[in-house]
Amino acid sequence: MESLGVAAIFYGTAAFMLASAFYVVLGRNLVHCAFALMGTFFGVAILYVYLGADFLAGAQVVIYVGGVLTLMVFGVMLTNRIYNLNLSSGAIQVVPGALSAGLIFALLVWIIQSVDWGAMDSGDPGPTSESIGRLLVGDYLLPFEIASVLLLIALMGAAMLVRRRRGSS
Amino acid sequence: MITRFRQIEMRLMGPLTLIPIVLCLVVLGTIAALPMLAAVISELVGDFVPAGLQHLVVVVLGTAGFVGILALNPIYSIWLERKVAAHVQDRLGPMRVGWHGLLQSFADGVKLLFKEDLIPRDADRVLFRLAPMLAIASAFAAFAVVPWGVREDGVVLAVSNLNIGVLYFIAITSLGALAVLMAGWGSNNKYALYGGMRAAAQMVSYEIPTAILILVVVAQVGSLHIPDIVAAQSGGLLGVGDWLIFQLFPLNLIAFVLFFICGLAETNRTPFDIPEAESELVAGFHTEYSGMRFAFFFLAEYGNMLLVSMLAALLFLGGWVGPFGSNPLIFFLKGFGLVVVQMWLRWTLPRLRVDQLMGVCWKYVIPISFFLLIATTVIKGLM
Repeated sequence: MESLGVAAIFYGTAAFMLASAFYVVLGRNLVHCAFALMGTFFGVAILYVYLGADFLAGAQVVIYVGGVLTLMVFGVMLTNRIYNLNLSSGAIQVVPGALSAGLIFALLVWIIQSVDWGAMDSGDPGPTSESIGRLLVGDYLLPFEIASVLLLIALMGAAMLVRRRRGSS
Repeated sequence: MITRFRQIEMRLMGPLTLIPIVLCLVVLGTIAALPMLAAVISELVGDFVPAGLQHLVVVVLGTAGFVGILALNPIYSIWLERKVAAHVQDRLGPMRVGWHGLLQSFADGVKLLFKEDLIPRDADRVLFRLAPMLAIASAFAAFAVVPWGVREDGVVLAVSNLNIGVLYFIAITSLGALAVLMAGWGSNNKYALYGGMRAAAQMVSYEIPTAILILVVVAQVGSLHIPDIVAAQSGGLLGVGDWLIFQLFPLNLIAFVLFFICGLAETNRTPFDIPEAESELVAGFHTEYSGMRFAFFFLAEYGNMLLVSMLAALLFLGGWVGPFGSNPLIFFLKGFGLVVVQMWLRWTLPRLRVDQLMGVCWKYVIPISFFLLIATTVIKGLM
């Protein structure tokens, strides 16, 4: 009974995620696609909860739904033809797209098949935030710092690129 | 000169005379039942339901009760808002329906229910319908982690006693910006779109200092779990001395004031209500909404106001810890007290301009909150 319910939640989430992901790729209305992406992001967060990674799930929603997606929708609305509701995306370069997508898919399948995932811990998940914090500023301090410096450089680069040059504005 | 002075005095004193009466009414009348709810449910349910399902039943019933109360919250909050507004402007406000107009909002609610539900012909029908639902879902779902007390046996009175409570709060409230964008775009109306864009820019900007200021608290307490944060504020002089705003004296007080300002901005309340500035944008993102869908946005707004106030009370004002022991009633007094302050500010302060609003956020609030985060963690580390 318990495991059936859990399995139903998993398959329901997976189906919901896949459906919204397909809509993001195949849909024609750009704004609808952007909002459909929210379903996918949320599905990922639910999967994290399902795996007992509560902190990761929260971070997923904060960063992807609250940050990335909002900025994306904002960007879509700012770009062009703002008064035209049927802002649409066409299908261009079908063959190269299909090829690269197929290659990435094959790569993912190969990796998933070749890694030994070990046994899943099926116990009641405990709080994870403390151990994540200790690992981030302890064992993995250097990668953490490198990632943050990289992000800072990207941020400054973006600000540099969009800066209006004096005299040419 | 004297009349000017009299005006200012009236503005400041008008709501003050009202606050004690109103708080007693609101808190005692409607909310006193709330803290008992979870405890009562878990007691009652224990005898009838098999052990395996007990948790589920408690959660479902608790959620149902909580949603019911949240749906009632705007009704008396709107009455309160109109009363505060009236007293600030030296009027009486609603007086006819019920004692001092207490039933006015019920009448208005019934009116909204029966209004025709309009969707503009060229609107994006899917997004237009989805937006109010998302708005209300994000406002109500966040209440799941708001605890309102701890029973003597250590059971936390909350719908969900999440370990990452604060993070969940930040995550869920960020959906509100998306709902506003969805409404603004879906209406296919230029005022609605401008309102939606302004709201999204504002909410995304002010989310940053809000998160940092929450981190100030989290870093001092060392936990994302809200009951732990409250537990760190218990004791002290008169049960008040250890509230976080009194710890590390000026730093946390500044953090509290900034957090409250950010809360005002995130709930789009005056002086940060440019997304629905009626003198510029008709009604902003909900220009095209009518009837129940409009009411949903209102429910979400008043839900968010209460949410921000309650969170400020939990993080900085000691939650349910007060001078006469810890009691859920104290928590509700603090929460609703801050709601009254929000309303008071709305009718006292003028609206900021768009550029001023962003300037306040990026030039002042964010640097100060970063400074507070560094200062509090350094001091805590040295202690």
